[in-house]
Amino acid sequence: MSPSPGAVVRLEAVSKTYRSGKEALAVLKNVDLRVERGEMVAIMGSSGSGKSTLLNILGILDRYDSGAYYLDGRLIRNLGEREAARFRNRFVGFVFQAFNLLAFKTALENVALPLYYRGVGRRARTRDALEYLERVGLSGRAHHRPAELSGGERQRVAVARALVTQPELLLADEPTGALDTQTSYELMDLFEELNAAGLTVLIVTHEHDIAERAHRIVRLRDGRIEHGDPTTTDEGHPPPNGGFPPC
Amino acid sequence: MLGGELAATLGRNKLRTLLTACGVFWGVYMLVVMVGIGKGLQRGTDRNLGGLSRRAIFVWSQRTSKPHRGLQPGRYVRFQNDDITVLERIPGVIHVAPRLRLGGWSDAQNVTAGARSGLFSVRGDTPALLQVEPVEVTRGRFVNPRDLTERRKVAVIGADVRAILFEDADPIGRCLRIRGVNFQVIGEVVSYRPGNEAEHVRASIFVPFSTFQAVFDAPNRVGWFALGLAPGVPAEPVEQKIRAALVARHRIHPEDKDAIGSFNVAERFDRVESLFRGLEVFLWFVGTLTLLAGVLGVSNILLITVKERTREFGIRKAVGATSANIVSMVVREALLLTTLSGYVGLVAGVGTLEVLSMVVSRRDEAPLAQPEVEFGVAVTAMLVLVATGVMAGIIPAWHAARIDPVEALRNE
Ligand SMILES: Nc1ncnc2c1ncn2[C@@H]1O[C@H](COP(=O)(O)OP(=O)(O)OP(=O)(O)O)[C@@H](O)[C@H]1O
Ligand SMILES: [Mg+2]
Repeated sequence: MSPSPGAVVRLEAVSKTYRSGKEALAVLKNVDLRVERGEMVAIMGSSGSGKSTLLNILGILDRYDSGAYYLDGRLIRNLGEREAARFRNRFVGFVFQAFNLLAFKTALENVALPLYYRGVGRRARTRDALEYLERVGLSGRAHHRPAELSGGERQRVAVARALVTQPELLLADEPTGALDTQTSYELMDLFEELNAAGLTVLIVTHEHDIAERAHRIVRLRDGRIEHGDPTTTDEGHPPPNGGFPPC
Repeated sequence: MLGGELAATLGRNKLRTLLTACGVFWGVYMLVVMVGIGKGLQRGTDRNLGGLSRRAIFVWSQRTSKPHRGLQPGRYVRFQNDDITVLERIPGVIHVAPRLRLGGWSDAQNVTAGARSGLFSVRGDTPALLQVEPVEVTRGRFVNPRDLTERRKVAVIGADVRAILFEDADPIGRCLRIRGVNFQVIGEVVSYRPGNEAEHVRASIFVPFSTFQAVFDAPNRVGWFALGLAPGVPAEPVEQKIRAALVARHRIHPEDKDAIGSFNVAERFDRVESLFRGLEVFLWFVGTLTLLAGVLGVSNILLITVKERTREFGIRKAVGATSANIVSMVVREALLLTTLSGYVGLVAGVGTLEVLSMVVSRRDEAPLAQPEVEFGVAVTAMLVLVATGVMAGIIPAWHAARIDPVEALRNE
């Protein structure tokens, strides 16, 4: 079965179990998930339901035990360390709840970092990083360190860093978790804007008002996806163009 | 980018960076200074021993003290030309310089050149002398084999002789007169030796050994021998063989220790040499240990740093850094830190030796002379430094590379 061209993410019976000593904790159990290109999906679920674990697997930060994960048609399984790093760098952008910026680097340097590991030259790096800072509305703060930025600004820097490599997929794990309501909405505006421009976005969140701005909500409970009606969820909007990218 | 990245990382914890740098600085500084002082001590001793830093044995004739084969004690032993070839055949002996002196042991001869004159020591010598005595030809040449075979009346003069007889003029080709015989000056010499010994050479006139025998009425006579020994050959047994050969040839009682005098410079030289070799090894050892302690300090501090930077490495991996990227980053940091501080230590060490050298150069008899590190030593120190820099980085780097991005990012 060949993956359909539109699916950016396809999970087939993906399972992951944490083992510590004799105890085994199944965190993901046969998870099937399909995210079309251009979709904006929210992932919800109670604490400990496996949301972060799922997102880390999608972001190639973590491994899974069984099943199959196709990212843009490529099977992501048992990647070597170098290849994992390369795929991470090329295909996904990750935004964390805790921002995870390097404190001793300026906003510009933080945004440029993924390009450094891609082997992009210094000038091109700076140029691209500036462009993406501009896109998140922070070109004026390019030479400030994270400590000199507000929470919302830090998260925008993190978004710019996630986007600078022009990934297929933007993954955000509770990106508004450390932001106030107003700032959260502004960040969601940014995500919607990026999504409208064609980027596929997956957001893990606890907040209903945040989740409702997605096309679709995926609910996790005890490591399983709760199945409702796949096209018209009660809370989400239908995906534009049926989940297929605008031609 | 590389430099900037590293500089930023190191600059983040200035105190720690400074402490780390101090460890390596001190190690290299001590290594350089100790090895340099060791070298200086060796040079100082060399100089104070004068030309004794050669593997030479001197043998001269005296009077017998025991009757032997019907000969009475108190007889003067006289060395002869045939002794030369006998001594040359002794294994371990590579140079035989037969020598003669006009008059008694410290008799100066009146030598004239035109209207000028002076009292100088006159000696008969062969080219072999240059191999056993630290005599340096500063003008013209020394006695050569043709001078010997043709019994030329030529003379090599000490610098003081030239100053007295010819002032500052070039003496080559000029004539001087010794005991009514004219000699043409062919060269000028000085001595490497300090003090008295050098003055001796500078106030001496060297004529070909064969010419000396012919014109100063010393046929088939050898005053004493200066012998050069092969490197690495134990000096004591060779001395015994030399004495035994001469004892046998000159009908001396085997027990008669007084008939022949000898002075074994090589033996002393070897002893001093091995002492300094031991000292050098010791100083390298101590210096390297000091350096190693510094490196361990660096490694330890980097290890702490790496643990603290777990989250940073996690972030880097999350945006696409490979383990190799992280390893090379940590090793480069270690390398930059150790080479920079080590280089400063090297420069400071050389500077210290330089100052020491200036201080001791004013004192002639100081036990230290020209303390300095040779280029090779500096290069070795530098290589040791780079190697230790890598060593210092490798364990922390290994720890850094093992960091799992998910774990690292969970880490607060
Ligand atoms: N490295 C690990 N070792 C053992 N158990 C782990 C590990 N990482 C996560 N878990 C467990 O897996 C489960 C799912 O964790 P996960 O972080 O995915 O939950 P989550 O849905 O993101 O929760 P939250 O909303 O609190 O962030 C939890 O029970 C957690 O304790
Ligand atoms: Mg989570």
